[in-house]
Amino acid sequence: MTSTQCAIVGSAETEVGRSLDRSGVELKLDAATKAIRDAGISKTQIDGVIARQPRREPEPNHSAFIAERLGIQPRYITDISLGGAASASMVVSAVAAIRAGLCTTVLCVGGDGKTSIDGKGRRGRLASPNQDFRNPYGGEGAPILYGLMARRHMHEYGTTSRQLGAVAVACRRHASLNPNAQMQQPITIADHQASPFIADPLRRLDCSLISEGAGAVIVTTDERARDMASKPVHILGMATGCRYGEVAYSESMTNSAAIEASKKAFGDAGITQADVDLVEFYDCFTHVVVIQLEDYGFCAKGEGGSFVENGRIEIGGELPVNTHGGLLSQAHIGGMLHITEGVTQIRGDAGDRQVKDAKIAAISGQCGELGIHVTLVLGSDPS
Amino acid sequence: MRGRPSKPLPIPDHDTKPYWDGCLRGELLLQKCSECGAYRHPPSPICSVCLSASSEWVQASGDATVYTFVVVQRAFHPAWEGEVPYIVCIVELAEGPHIMTNLTDVDPDKVHVGMPVHVWFDQASDEISLPKFRPR
Repeated sequence: MTSTQCAIVGSAETEVGRSLDRSGVELKLDAATKAIRDAGISKTQIDGVIARQPRREPEPNHSAFIAERLGIQPRYITDISLGGAASASMVVSAVAAIRAGLCTTVLCVGGDGKTSIDGKGRRGRLASPNQDFRNPYGGEGAPILYGLMARRHMHEYGTTSRQLGAVAVACRRHASLNPNAQMQQPITIADHQASPFIADPLRRLDCSLISEGAGAVIVTTDERARDMASKPVHILGMATGCRYGEVAYSESMTNSAAIEASKKAFGDAGITQADVDLVEFYDCFTHVVVIQLEDYGFCAKGEGGSFVENGRIEIGGELPVNTHGGLLSQAHIGGMLHITEGVTQIRGDAGDRQVKDAKIAAISGQCGELGIHVTLVLGSDPS
Repeated sequence: MRGRPSKPLPIPDHDTKPYWDGCLRGELLLQKCSECGAYRHPPSPICSVCLSASSEWVQASGDATVYTFVVVQRAFHPAWEGEVPYIVCIVELAEGPHIMTNLTDVDPDKVHVGMPVHVWFDQASDEISLPKFRPR
Protein backbone atom coordinates (compact mmCIF):
# COMPACT_ATOMS: atom_id res chain seq x y z
CA MET A 1 0.00 0.00 0.00
CA THR A 2 1.33 3.43 -0.86
CA SER A 3 0.63 6.20 1.62
CA THR A 4 -0.45 9.65 0.57
CA GLN A 5 2.65 11.66 -0.29
CA CYS A 6 2.90 15.14 1.18
CA ALA A 7 4.81 18.34 0.55
CA ILE A 8 5.55 21.68 2.16
CA VAL A 9 3.79 24.31 0.04
CA GLY A 10 4.17 27.39 2.20
CA SER A 11 7.12 28.49 4.30
CA ALA A 12 7.99 31.70 6.11
CA GLU A 13 10.09 33.14 8.89
CA THR A 14 9.79 36.45 10.67
CA GLU A 15 12.61 38.80 11.50
CA VAL A 16 14.75 37.39 14.31
CA GLY A 17 16.63 39.11 17.10
CA ARG A 18 17.36 39.47 20.77
CA SER A 19 14.79 42.15 21.62
CA LEU A 20 12.21 42.70 18.90
CA ASP A 21 9.63 44.02 21.35
CA ARG A 22 6.91 41.85 19.82
CA SER A 23 4.84 39.20 21.57
CA GLY A 24 5.22 35.52 20.76
CA VAL A 25 1.65 35.40 19.46
CA GLU A 26 2.25 38.41 17.21
CA LEU A 27 5.37 36.81 15.73
CA LYS A 28 3.63 33.47 15.17
CA LEU A 29 0.66 35.11 13.46
CA ASP A 30 3.10 37.08 11.32
CA ALA A 31 4.87 33.85 10.26
CA ALA A 32 1.55 32.08 9.68
CA THR A 33 0.20 34.89 7.52
CA LYS A 34 3.37 35.00 5.44
CA ALA A 35 3.32 31.21 5.00
CA ILE A 36 -0.29 31.34 3.78
CA ARG A 37 0.68 34.04 1.26
CA ASP A 38 3.76 32.06 0.24
CA ALA A 39 1.56 29.05 -0.52
CA GLY A 40 -0.76 31.28 -2.50
CA ILE A 41 -3.83 29.82 -0.82
CA SER A 42 -6.81 31.20 1.06
CA LYS A 43 -6.81 30.82 4.84
CA THR A 44 -10.05 28.86 4.56
CA GLN A 45 -8.14 26.06 2.80
CA ILE A 46 -6.27 25.39 6.05
CA ASP A 47 -8.13 22.68 7.94
CA GLY A 48 -5.40 21.69 10.39
CA VAL A 49 -3.35 23.74 12.85
CA ILE A 50 -0.44 22.47 14.92
CA ALA A 51 1.43 24.78 17.27
CA ARG A 52 4.59 24.31 19.27
CA GLN A 53 3.83 24.75 22.94
CA PRO A 54 6.20 27.51 24.03
CA ARG A 55 8.39 26.60 26.97
CA ARG A 56 8.31 30.19 28.09
CA GLU A 57 4.71 31.36 28.52
CA PRO A 58 3.08 27.96 28.00
CA GLU A 59 -0.68 28.02 27.52
CA PRO A 60 -3.39 25.37 27.11
CA ASN A 61 -5.14 24.92 23.74
CA HIS A 62 -2.39 26.94 22.10
CA SER A 63 -3.16 25.79 18.54
CA ALA A 64 -6.83 26.64 19.02
CA PHE A 65 -5.96 30.20 20.06
CA ILE A 66 -3.73 30.56 16.99
CA ALA A 67 -6.58 29.30 14.79
CA GLU A 68 -9.05 31.62 16.50
CA ARG A 69 -6.87 34.64 15.83
CA LEU A 70 -6.47 33.59 12.20
CA GLY A 71 -10.25 33.37 12.00
CA ILE A 72 -10.35 29.72 10.95
CA GLN A 73 -12.07 26.66 12.39
CA PRO A 74 -9.85 23.68 11.61
CA ARG A 75 -10.95 20.04 11.73
CA TYR A 76 -7.65 18.99 13.30
CA ILE A 77 -5.57 20.72 15.98
CA THR A 78 -2.90 19.68 18.42
CA ASP A 79 -0.17 21.25 20.53
CA ILE A 80 3.31 19.76 20.63
CA SER A 81 5.57 20.38 23.63
CA LEU A 82 8.68 18.44 22.64
CA GLY A 83 11.08 21.36 23.05
CA GLY A 84 13.52 21.45 20.18
CA ALA A 85 11.98 18.36 18.60
CA ALA A 86 8.59 20.05 18.36
CA SER A 87 9.19 21.89 15.09
CA ALA A 88 10.06 18.81 13.04
CA SER A 89 7.52 16.81 15.03
CA MET A 90 4.77 19.21 13.90
CA VAL A 91 5.52 18.28 10.30
CA VAL A 92 5.46 14.56 11.18
CA SER A 93 2.11 15.01 12.92
CA ALA A 94 0.74 17.03 10.00
CA VAL A 95 1.58 14.28 7.51
CA ALA A 96 0.21 11.61 9.86
CA ALA A 97 -3.05 13.51 10.29
CA ILE A 98 -3.39 14.04 6.53
CA ARG A 99 -2.72 10.35 5.86
CA ALA A 100 -5.31 9.40 8.46
CA GLY A 101 -7.88 11.49 6.62
CA LEU A 102 -8.36 13.93 9.48
CA CYS A 103 -7.50 16.99 7.40
CA THR A 104 -5.85 18.01 4.12
CA THR A 105 -3.81 21.17 4.62
CA VAL A 106 -2.00 21.89 7.88
CA LEU A 107 -0.38 25.03 9.26
CA CYS A 108 2.57 24.30 11.60
CA VAL A 109 3.80 27.28 13.57
CA GLY A 110 6.30 27.94 16.34
CA GLY A 111 8.21 30.82 17.83
CA ASP A 112 9.01 32.86 20.90
CA GLY A 113 8.56 36.51 21.72
CA LYS A 114 9.74 38.85 24.36
CA THR A 115 9.87 37.39 27.82
CA SER A 116 11.16 38.41 31.18
CA ILE A 117 14.91 38.45 31.65
CA ASP A 118 14.98 35.28 33.73
CA GLY A 119 13.22 33.42 30.93
CA LYS A 120 10.35 32.48 33.21
CA GLY A 121 7.66 34.69 31.72
CA ARG A 122 4.42 35.83 33.27
CA ARG A 123 2.85 32.40 33.03
CA GLY A 124 5.92 30.49 34.16
CA ARG A 125 7.49 27.77 32.11
CA LEU A 126 7.24 24.05 31.53
CA ALA A 127 9.18 22.14 34.17
CA SER A 128 10.86 18.74 34.21
CA PRO A 129 9.54 15.99 36.48
CA ASN A 130 13.17 15.41 37.49
CA GLN A 131 13.80 18.99 38.55
CA ASP A 132 13.89 18.06 42.24
CA PHE A 133 16.91 15.89 41.51
CA ARG A 134 18.67 18.57 39.48
CA ASN A 135 17.87 22.13 40.51
CA PRO A 136 18.96 21.81 44.18
CA TYR A 137 22.46 21.08 42.79
CA GLY A 138 22.60 24.17 40.61
CA GLY A 139 22.06 21.87 37.65
CA GLU A 140 19.48 24.12 36.01
CA GLY A 141 20.66 25.49 32.66
CA ALA A 142 20.99 23.76 29.32
CA PRO A 143 24.78 24.28 29.05
CA ILE A 144 25.18 22.25 32.25
CA LEU A 145 23.09 19.28 31.07
CA TYR A 146 24.59 19.34 27.59
CA GLY A 147 28.06 19.91 29.02
CA LEU A 148 27.79 16.60 30.90
CA MET A 149 27.28 14.97 27.53
CA ALA A 150 30.11 16.87 25.82
CA ARG A 151 32.53 15.81 28.57
CA ARG A 152 31.52 12.20 28.07
CA HIS A 153 32.06 12.41 24.28
CA MET A 154 35.50 13.92 24.88
CA HIS A 155 36.29 11.17 27.40
CA GLU A 156 35.15 8.30 25.20
CA TYR A 157 36.45 9.50 21.83
CA GLY A 158 39.05 12.19 22.43
CA THR A 159 36.94 14.94 20.87
CA THR A 160 38.56 18.34 21.45
CA SER A 161 37.29 21.82 22.18
CA ARG A 162 38.96 23.07 18.97
CA GLN A 163 36.93 20.52 16.98
CA LEU A 164 33.74 21.84 18.57
CA GLY A 165 34.98 25.27 17.56
CA ALA A 166 34.88 24.22 13.89
CA VAL A 167 31.09 23.80 14.19
CA ALA A 168 30.73 27.30 15.63
CA VAL A 169 32.94 28.75 12.86
CA ALA A 170 30.93 27.03 10.09
CA CYS A 171 27.60 28.20 11.47
CA ARG A 172 28.84 31.75 11.85
CA ARG A 173 30.18 31.84 8.31
CA HIS A 174 26.78 30.70 7.04
CA ALA A 175 24.98 33.27 9.20
CA SER A 176 27.19 35.97 7.69
CA LEU A 177 25.67 35.04 4.31
CA ASN A 178 22.11 35.15 5.69
CA PRO A 179 20.48 38.61 5.84
CA ASN A 180 18.03 37.33 8.50
CA ALA A 181 20.60 36.27 11.09
CA GLN A 182 21.31 37.59 14.57
CA MET A 183 25.09 37.18 14.34
CA GLN A 184 26.79 38.39 11.16
CA GLN A 185 30.45 38.79 12.07
CA PRO A 186 32.59 35.78 11.10
CA ILE A 187 34.64 34.11 13.86
CA THR A 188 37.77 31.96 13.96
CA ILE A 189 38.82 28.91 15.97
CA ALA A 190 40.99 31.31 18.00
CA ASP A 191 37.89 33.38 18.86
CA HIS A 192 36.17 30.19 19.98
CA GLN A 193 39.13 29.17 22.12
CA ALA A 194 39.26 32.64 23.67
CA SER A 195 35.56 32.65 24.60
CA PRO A 196 35.01 31.97 28.29
CA PHE A 197 33.82 28.68 29.71
CA ILE A 198 30.13 28.70 30.62
CA ALA A 199 29.96 25.12 31.85
CA ASP A 200 33.42 23.67 31.23
CA PRO A 201 33.93 21.95 28.71
CA LEU A 202 31.42 24.22 26.92
CA ARG A 203 32.48 27.76 26.04
CA ARG A 204 30.25 30.70 25.24
CA LEU A 205 30.71 30.09 21.50
CA ASP A 206 29.61 26.46 21.91
CA CYS A 207 26.20 27.72 23.05
CA SER A 208 23.26 28.72 20.87
CA LEU A 209 21.65 32.14 20.94
CA ILE A 210 18.71 33.49 22.90
CA SER A 211 16.27 34.75 20.30
CA GLU A 212 12.86 36.05 19.42
CA GLY A 213 11.11 35.25 16.16
CA ALA A 214 8.85 32.67 14.55
CA GLY A 215 8.51 30.37 11.59
CA ALA A 216 5.66 28.56 9.88
CA VAL A 217 5.16 25.94 7.20
CA ILE A 218 2.08 24.61 5.43
CA VAL A 219 1.85 20.91 4.65
CA THR A 220 -0.57 19.34 2.16
CA THR A 221 -0.78 16.39 -0.22
CA ASP A 222 1.39 16.21 -3.33
CA GLU A 223 -1.85 16.03 -5.28
CA ARG A 224 -3.20 19.30 -3.89
CA ALA A 225 0.23 20.90 -4.17
CA ARG A 226 0.07 20.54 -7.94
CA ASP A 227 -2.73 23.10 -8.09
CA MET A 228 -0.99 25.62 -5.84
CA ALA A 229 1.15 28.53 -6.98
CA SER A 230 4.29 27.79 -4.94
CA LYS A 231 7.02 25.25 -5.74
CA PRO A 232 6.33 22.27 -3.48
CA VAL A 233 9.12 20.72 -1.42
CA HIS A 234 8.38 17.04 -0.99
CA ILE A 235 8.54 15.22 2.35
CA LEU A 236 10.34 12.04 1.28
CA GLY A 237 10.91 10.52 4.71
CA MET A 238 10.20 11.25 8.35
CA ALA A 239 10.66 9.46 11.64
CA THR A 240 10.86 9.91 15.38
CA GLY A 241 13.16 8.20 17.87
CA CYS A 242 12.88 8.16 21.66
CA ARG A 243 15.51 6.80 24.03
CA TYR A 244 15.00 8.80 27.23
CA GLY A 245 13.41 11.99 28.60
CA GLU A 246 16.56 13.46 30.12
CA VAL A 247 20.19 12.54 29.61
CA ALA A 248 21.20 12.34 33.27
CA TYR A 249 19.75 8.88 33.69
CA SER A 250 20.36 7.46 30.21
CA GLU A 251 22.50 4.40 29.61
CA SER A 252 24.70 6.13 27.03
CA MET A 253 25.39 9.84 26.68
CA THR A 254 27.06 9.57 23.30
CA ASN A 255 24.58 7.50 21.28
CA SER A 256 21.31 9.25 20.61
CA ALA A 257 17.79 8.65 19.33
CA ALA A 258 19.04 10.12 16.04
CA ILE A 259 20.26 6.62 15.21
CA GLU A 260 16.74 5.16 15.02
CA ALA A 261 15.07 8.28 13.57
CA SER A 262 17.55 8.82 10.74
CA LYS A 263 17.68 5.15 9.82
CA LYS A 264 13.93 4.92 9.36
CA ALA A 265 13.57 8.29 7.63
CA PHE A 266 16.40 7.58 5.17
CA GLY A 267 15.07 4.07 4.57
CA ASP A 268 11.54 5.30 3.85
CA ALA A 269 12.94 7.99 1.56
CA GLY A 270 14.99 5.36 -0.25
CA ILE A 271 18.19 7.35 0.19
CA THR A 272 21.63 6.85 1.69
CA GLN A 273 23.97 9.37 3.29
CA ALA A 274 25.64 9.90 -0.11
CA ASP A 275 22.37 11.24 -1.57
CA VAL A 276 22.10 14.08 0.96
CA ASP A 277 23.14 17.49 -0.39
CA LEU A 278 22.88 19.40 2.89
CA VAL A 279 21.74 18.95 6.47
CA GLU A 280 20.09 21.33 8.90
CA PHE A 281 20.91 19.79 12.30
CA TYR A 282 19.39 21.03 15.53
CA ASP A 283 22.42 22.73 17.06
CA CYS A 284 21.68 23.96 20.56
CA PHE A 285 25.37 23.24 21.28
CA THR A 286 28.29 22.49 18.99
CA HIS A 287 28.86 18.90 20.14
CA VAL A 288 25.22 18.08 19.39
CA VAL A 289 26.08 18.52 15.69
CA VAL A 290 29.09 16.22 16.09
CA ILE A 291 26.99 13.47 17.69
CA GLN A 292 24.29 13.74 15.01
CA LEU A 293 26.85 13.45 12.19
CA GLU A 294 27.91 10.17 13.77
CA ASP A 295 24.42 8.90 14.52
CA TYR A 296 23.19 9.71 11.00
CA GLY A 297 26.08 7.64 9.66
CA PHE A 298 27.90 10.46 7.89
CA CYS A 299 30.96 9.22 9.80
CA ALA A 300 31.75 6.44 12.28
CA LYS A 301 30.94 6.80 16.00
CA GLY A 302 33.68 8.82 17.61
CA GLU A 303 34.89 10.40 14.37
CA GLY A 304 32.52 13.38 14.36
CA GLY A 305 35.18 15.63 15.86
CA SER A 306 37.58 15.14 12.98
CA PHE A 307 34.73 15.14 10.43
CA VAL A 308 33.77 18.75 11.17
CA GLU A 309 37.31 20.10 10.75
CA ASN A 310 38.84 21.85 7.73
CA GLY A 311 35.65 23.34 6.29
CA ARG A 312 34.05 20.00 5.45
CA ILE A 313 30.68 21.10 6.89
CA GLU A 314 30.77 24.56 5.31
CA ILE A 315 29.00 25.57 2.10
CA GLY A 316 31.31 24.40 -0.68
CA GLY A 317 32.51 21.55 1.54
CA GLU A 318 31.62 17.88 1.41
CA LEU A 319 28.46 18.18 3.52
CA PRO A 320 27.13 21.68 4.21
CA VAL A 321 25.60 21.82 7.70
CA ASN A 322 23.25 24.53 8.94
CA THR A 323 23.37 26.73 5.88
CA HIS A 324 21.33 29.45 7.62
CA GLY A 325 23.66 29.69 10.59
CA GLY A 326 21.60 27.46 12.86
CA LEU A 327 20.66 28.06 16.46
CA LEU A 328 24.30 28.88 17.07
CA SER A 329 24.42 31.93 14.80
CA GLN A 330 21.16 32.65 12.93
CA ALA A 331 18.65 32.52 15.81
CA HIS A 332 17.19 30.01 18.26
CA ILE A 333 13.62 29.57 17.12
CA GLY A 334 13.32 26.00 18.42
CA GLY A 335 14.38 24.44 15.13
CA MET A 336 11.54 25.98 13.13
CA LEU A 337 13.99 27.80 10.89
CA HIS A 338 15.89 24.60 10.14
CA ILE A 339 12.75 23.53 8.28
CA THR A 340 12.14 26.85 6.51
CA GLU A 341 15.83 26.93 5.50
CA GLY A 342 15.56 23.39 4.13
CA VAL A 343 12.60 24.54 2.01
CA THR A 344 14.48 27.65 0.84
CA GLN A 345 17.52 25.58 -0.18
CA ILE A 346 15.50 22.94 -2.04
CA ARG A 347 13.58 25.67 -3.85
CA GLY A 348 16.93 27.19 -4.86
CA ASP A 349 16.05 30.52 -3.27
CA ALA A 350 18.93 30.81 -0.77
CA GLY A 351 20.92 33.50 -2.59
CA ASP A 352 24.54 33.84 -1.43
CA ARG A 353 24.26 30.77 0.77
CA GLN A 354 22.64 28.50 -1.84
CA VAL A 355 24.05 24.99 -1.96
CA LYS A 356 24.57 24.18 -5.65
CA ASP A 357 22.07 21.69 -7.09
CA ALA A 358 20.47 21.06 -3.70
CA LYS A 359 17.96 18.26 -4.25
CA ILE A 360 17.82 16.45 -0.92
CA ALA A 361 18.04 17.94 2.58
CA ALA A 362 17.99 16.16 5.94
CA ILE A 363 16.48 18.19 8.77
CA SER A 364 16.57 17.35 12.46
CA GLY A 365 14.88 18.39 15.65
CA GLN A 366 15.78 17.06 19.07
CA CYS A 367 15.19 17.56 22.75
CA GLY A 368 15.81 15.88 26.08
CA GLU A 369 19.55 16.16 25.42
CA LEU A 370 19.29 14.00 22.30
CA GLY A 371 16.92 11.51 23.92
CA ILE A 372 14.12 12.50 21.56
CA HIS A 373 14.86 12.98 17.87
CA VAL A 374 12.93 13.74 14.70
CA THR A 375 14.29 13.45 11.17
CA LEU A 376 12.73 14.91 8.03
CA VAL A 377 14.00 14.24 4.53
CA LEU A 378 12.97 16.96 2.08
CA GLY A 379 13.43 16.75 -1.68
CA SER A 380 12.86 18.67 -4.89
CA ASP A 381 11.29 15.68 -6.64
CA PRO A 382 8.32 13.61 -5.46
CA SER A 383 9.11 10.11 -4.23
CA MET B 1 20.19 44.01 54.05
CA ARG B 2 19.17 42.34 50.83
CA GLY B 3 19.34 38.60 51.22
CA ARG B 4 20.56 36.38 48.43
CA PRO B 5 17.71 34.45 46.75
CA SER B 6 17.47 31.01 48.25
CA LYS B 7 18.37 27.84 46.41
CA PRO B 8 15.54 25.71 45.11
CA LEU B 9 14.87 22.70 47.30
CA PRO B 10 13.01 19.53 46.43
CA ILE B 11 9.36 19.27 47.38
CA PRO B 12 8.91 15.63 48.41
CA ASP B 13 5.82 14.03 46.90
CA HIS B 14 4.11 10.66 47.07
CA ASP B 15 6.78 8.99 44.97
CA THR B 16 9.88 10.71 46.33
CA LYS B 17 9.22 11.20 50.06
CA PRO B 18 10.87 7.93 51.19
CA TYR B 19 14.05 8.96 49.32
CA TRP B 20 14.19 12.40 50.94
CA ASP B 21 13.27 10.99 54.37
CA GLY B 22 16.23 8.64 54.00
CA CYS B 23 18.55 11.51 53.15
CA LEU B 24 17.41 13.34 56.28
CA ARG B 25 18.54 10.29 58.31
CA GLY B 26 21.87 10.21 56.44
CA GLU B 27 20.91 7.20 54.33
CA LEU B 28 21.10 7.11 50.53
CA LEU B 29 18.16 4.96 49.48
CA LEU B 30 17.48 3.23 46.19
CA GLN B 31 14.39 1.38 45.09
CA LYS B 32 15.07 -2.28 44.41
CA CYS B 33 12.52 -4.22 42.37
CA SER B 34 11.06 -7.03 44.47
CA GLU B 35 10.59 -9.19 41.39
CA CYS B 36 13.64 -8.76 39.13
CA GLY B 37 16.05 -7.14 41.58
CA ALA B 38 16.88 -4.10 39.42
CA TYR B 39 17.87 -0.91 41.25
CA ARG B 40 16.39 2.39 40.11
CA HIS B 41 16.78 6.15 40.50
CA PRO B 42 15.09 8.65 40.34
CA PRO B 43 12.19 7.12 42.26
CA SER B 44 9.44 5.63 40.10
CA PRO B 45 6.22 3.76 40.89
CA ILE B 46 7.22 0.87 38.63
CA CYS B 47 10.31 -1.05 37.55
CA SER B 48 11.31 -0.01 34.02
CA VAL B 49 12.82 -3.46 33.40
CA CYS B 50 9.93 -5.76 34.36
CA LEU B 51 7.07 -3.28 35.09
CA SER B 52 6.56 -4.67 38.59
CA ALA B 53 4.95 -2.19 40.98
CA SER B 54 6.47 -3.98 43.93
CA SER B 55 9.74 -2.64 45.31
CA GLU B 56 11.65 -2.11 48.53
CA TRP B 57 13.84 0.78 49.62
CA VAL B 58 17.38 -0.35 50.31
CA GLN B 59 20.36 1.61 51.55
CA ALA B 60 23.10 2.17 48.98
CA SER B 61 26.74 1.79 50.02
CA GLY B 62 27.40 5.44 49.14
CA ASP B 63 30.40 4.48 47.00
CA ALA B 64 30.40 5.79 43.46
CA THR B 65 32.62 6.90 40.59
CA VAL B 66 32.42 10.10 38.54
CA TYR B 67 30.67 9.29 35.24
CA THR B 68 30.81 12.83 33.83
CA PHE B 69 30.97 16.40 35.15
CA VAL B 70 30.96 20.08 34.26
CA VAL B 71 32.66 22.94 36.03
CA VAL B 72 29.99 25.64 36.11
CA GLN B 73 31.59 29.04 35.53
CA ARG B 74 28.45 31.12 35.01
CA ALA B 75 25.52 30.90 37.41
CA PHE B 76 22.14 30.17 35.84
CA HIS B 77 20.28 30.89 39.05
CA PRO B 78 21.01 33.92 41.25
CA ALA B 79 21.46 31.74 44.34
CA TRP B 80 24.64 30.30 42.84
CA GLU B 81 26.20 33.60 41.80
CA GLY B 82 28.66 33.61 44.67
CA GLU B 83 29.52 29.95 44.24
CA VAL B 84 31.07 29.63 40.79
CA PRO B 85 33.05 27.67 39.92
CA TYR B 86 31.19 24.63 41.23
CA ILE B 87 30.95 21.09 39.96
CA VAL B 88 27.76 19.44 38.74
CA CYS B 89 28.34 15.81 38.06
CA ILE B 90 26.71 12.48 37.44
CA VAL B 91 28.10 9.68 39.54
CA GLU B 92 27.61 6.00 38.95
CA LEU B 93 26.66 4.35 42.23
CA ALA B 94 28.28 1.03 43.10
CA GLU B 95 24.80 -0.50 42.77
CA GLY B 96 24.50 0.78 39.18
CA PRO B 97 22.12 3.75 38.99
CA HIS B 98 23.35 7.20 38.05
CA ILE B 99 22.60 10.20 40.25
CA MET B 100 23.07 13.91 39.57
CA THR B 101 24.87 15.69 42.37
CA ASN B 102 27.61 18.14 43.33
CA LEU B 103 31.19 17.13 43.84
CA THR B 104 32.72 19.00 46.77
CA ASP B 105 36.00 19.23 48.65
CA VAL B 106 38.06 18.95 45.48
CA ASP B 107 40.00 21.25 43.15
CA PRO B 108 38.03 21.34 39.85
CA ASP B 109 41.28 20.81 37.94
CA LYS B 110 41.80 17.50 39.73
CA VAL B 111 38.45 15.95 38.87
CA HIS B 112 38.41 13.21 36.27
CA VAL B 113 35.96 10.67 34.87
CA GLY B 114 36.27 7.48 36.91
CA MET B 115 37.33 9.25 40.12
CA PRO B 116 36.20 7.26 43.21
CA VAL B 117 33.85 9.28 45.43
CA HIS B 118 31.63 8.75 48.48
CA VAL B 119 28.35 10.31 49.60
CA TRP B 120 27.93 12.92 52.33
CA PHE B 121 24.78 14.77 53.34
CA ASP B 122 24.39 18.55 53.18
CA GLN B 123 21.61 19.65 55.53
CA ALA B 124 19.84 22.38 53.53
CA SER B 125 16.77 22.91 55.76
CA ASP B 126 14.91 21.22 58.62
CA GLU B 127 13.23 18.92 56.09
CA ILE B 128 15.83 18.50 53.37
CA SER B 129 19.29 17.04 53.33
CA LEU B 130 20.99 16.76 49.93
CA PRO B 131 23.27 13.86 49.08
CA LYS B 132 26.55 15.18 47.69
CA PHE B 133 29.81 13.44 46.93
CA ARG B 134 33.52 13.99 47.59
CA PRO B 135 36.69 12.05 46.78
CA ARG B 136 37.16 8.97 48.93
